[in-house]
Amino acid sequence: MFNYYLRLALLSIRRNPILSALMVAAIALGIGASMTTITVNYLMSSNPIPQKSDQLYYVQVDSWDPNEPAEEPNEPPEQLTWTDANNLYAAQKAQRQVIMATTAAVVEPPSQDAKPFNAYIRLTTNEFFPMFDVPFLYGGHWQASADKGREQVVVLSRKSNDKIFGGENSVGRSLRLAGRQFTVVGVLESWYPAPKFYDVGTGAFEEPEDLYIPFLLKEELQLPNGGNTNCWKTPEDDSFAGFLRSECINYQMWVELPEEQDKQAYLAFLNNYANEQKALGRFPRPLNNRLSDVMQWMENRQVVTDDARVMLWLSLMFLVVCLLNTVGLLLAKFSGKSAEIGLRRAIGASRQALFYQHLVETACIGLTGGIAGLALAYLGLLGIGSLYGSFADNLSSLDINMVLLALLLSLISSIAAGLYPTWRACSIAPASQLKSQ
Amino acid sequence: MLNMQNVTKIFRTDLVETRALSDFNLHVKEGEFVTVTGPSGSGKTTFLNIAGLLESFDDGVYDLDGENVRHLNDTQRSRLRNEKIGFIFQSFNLIPDLDLFDNVDVPLRYRGFNGSERKRRIERCLELVGLANRMKHLPAQLSGGQQQRVAIARALAGEPRFLLADEPTGNLDSKMAHSVMQLLKDINDEGTTIVMVTHDPSLAREAKRNIFVKDGKVSDVTHISASAPEPIASISASGARHV
Ligand SMILES: Nc1ncnc2c1ncn2[C@@H]1O[C@H](COP(=O)(O)OP(=O)(O)OP(=O)(O)O)[C@@H](O)[C@H]1O
Ligand SMILES: [Mg+2]
Repeated sequence: MFNYYLRLALLSIRRNPILSALMVAAIALGIGASMTTITVNYLMSSNPIPQKSDQLYYVQVDSWDPNEPAEEPNEPPEQLTWTDANNLYAAQKAQRQVIMATTAAVVEPPSQDAKPFNAYIRLTTNEFFPMFDVPFLYGGHWQASADKGREQVVVLSRKSNDKIFGGENSVGRSLRLAGRQFTVVGVLESWYPAPKFYDVGTGAFEEPEDLYIPFLLKEELQLPNGGNTNCWKTPEDDSFAGFLRSECINYQMWVELPEEQDKQAYLAFLNNYANEQKALGRFPRPLNNRLSDVMQWMENRQVVTDDARVMLWLSLMFLVVCLLNTVGLLLAKFSGKSAEIGLRRAIGASRQALFYQHLVETACIGLTGGIAGLALAYLGLLGIGSLYGSFADNLSSLDINMVLLALLLSLISSIAAGLYPTWRACSIAPASQLKSQ
Repeated sequence: MLNMQNVTKIFRTDLVETRALSDFNLHVKEGEFVTVTGPSGSGKTTFLNIAGLLESFDDGVYDLDGENVRHLNDTQRSRLRNEKIGFIFQSFNLIPDLDLFDNVDVPLRYRGFNGSERKRRIERCLELVGLANRMKHLPAQLSGGQQQRVAIARALAGEPRFLLADEPTGNLDSKMAHSVMQLLKDINDEGTTIVMVTHDPSLAREAKRNIFVKDGKVSDVTHISASAPEPIASISASGARHV
């Protein structure tokens, strides 16, 4: 019987092509808009490292101005000073820890054909890679000794390895960076955490950096500041060393603490450290140190932006408006079919049979609208990609979930829209429509 | 076959109550061909719709094939309509975008027959009404008389025991009307009980019995035999039951 209903549905859709097209368009617009914003919100709020997001903590210590908090109401500063980053790292009190910053420098590829280019660089320490489960294509990360010894080693993103070495295994090869000779120790697999949780300060949905080099090379090579720099006190002198010694913040720190007691112990250590610094005349504010796990930190940094939330609600309301429109169109369509419905009733169709017949018809329209809506959502994401970063490129793992969700949403909403018109159509008394027309 | 006793039907609207049928009594035996005549608005269509379970009634008893239909639910009524009753309407009521084959197929679908059984029945019925060679035509490509034949084929496809026709020839010229009438008579000869409403006295005379409805009541019954085409009996309004 389902096949029969399907055939009748297609016939009926063809009978009123314009009305049907309007309904499909209404559903497609509603689904397209809401799928776009649902995807954006879903991506924004998704857990980029579910396997250990509750063991990784972002470190904040309050080194700020005695007269006002770094952020209202009483937030510690978003980043660390050079001094604190180095001290906390040197203490090695967590199972793993990483300090980092961003910078940029010119890369000169070894091959003559490739032009020099300006690369975005992450200054970091060696445990960055195992801590964040960063996958390697070739080689691996540098050793702790390279951090300490300020060795000129580099890990390349897959994209930059493609660009500089044409995708070959470049481990052991060298390239010039910031005017110095660097040795490649590793090449990453494609790696696009979304959000880019380990540093959302420079945009939660930007691509990861092109190159990774040891943190202390910042001082060694006097590399420029990337990301956000904030100071509550002007540096004592304008030299590079003066800036590093200042109360300016530009550095991030993450620690890996597998158990709750590790976290408590680390927090105690931070408070201890802050008190020591107070004794040295720093940290004028009351104790206000903080450890936030990955999802807490995303929440704190408002990775899901308020406008994305507002857009989500607006688009869902838009979907409702589209569905109300569809209800109206379906009422018009089904009332045009009342003669046929009366006839089918008269020659033996039960109300139930007619209900199913029209439900199949609405579902067909809904699914078509859903598929068209998906195409619109894809376009919408491309558009939004230019707004929030390059999502649309990195969607592959979400595709199928989102497609299924869109189809389900369109099916459910079209059937919901179809219920009242269908019910009305089926309650037509069989006799009423058969008088001479 | 069909037995109505004191059936009453009242249409209520906000302003008026219309007694479309009041104490309507009729007994139709298996294999009969009964025509129903009467002035416009006398309740003929109402009677036919109640007989065909298309409409409910307010009072009285109606047995169809020995079964009291008063308290059947919608699904049961639909099934009875589908299995036992065939309808022919004045305006042929074909579905315009289904071809003849699919139009005749409609009642069979709800009956749940398999594909080959449906095909067999459809072909046989279209053959019977002389349209087997136009199976793939749409209704709009046929004349009025041909469309009514398709409607008849559709009514017959379920092999109903009981055929109800409301002015089936009302939209046809007299030549077409007589050929449709002839078809119905042939069907009746095969054993199908037929009740037909008509305005045409000459057609009414071709049946075995004619009842005259007035003000929602059976006011006159005429028995017709092949040899005696004139009325032979009159029965008072309350005595419409006959043996
Ligand atoms: N759905 C309805 N609502 C209200 N009144 C109705 C309805 N259907 C029929 N009637 C009334 O019931 C009475 C009988 O109508 P019915 O259609 O049975 O007449 P009829 O004998 O078939 O007439 P005709 O020969 O013109 O077809 C009429 O007075 C009509 O106005
Ligand atoms: Mg009538």
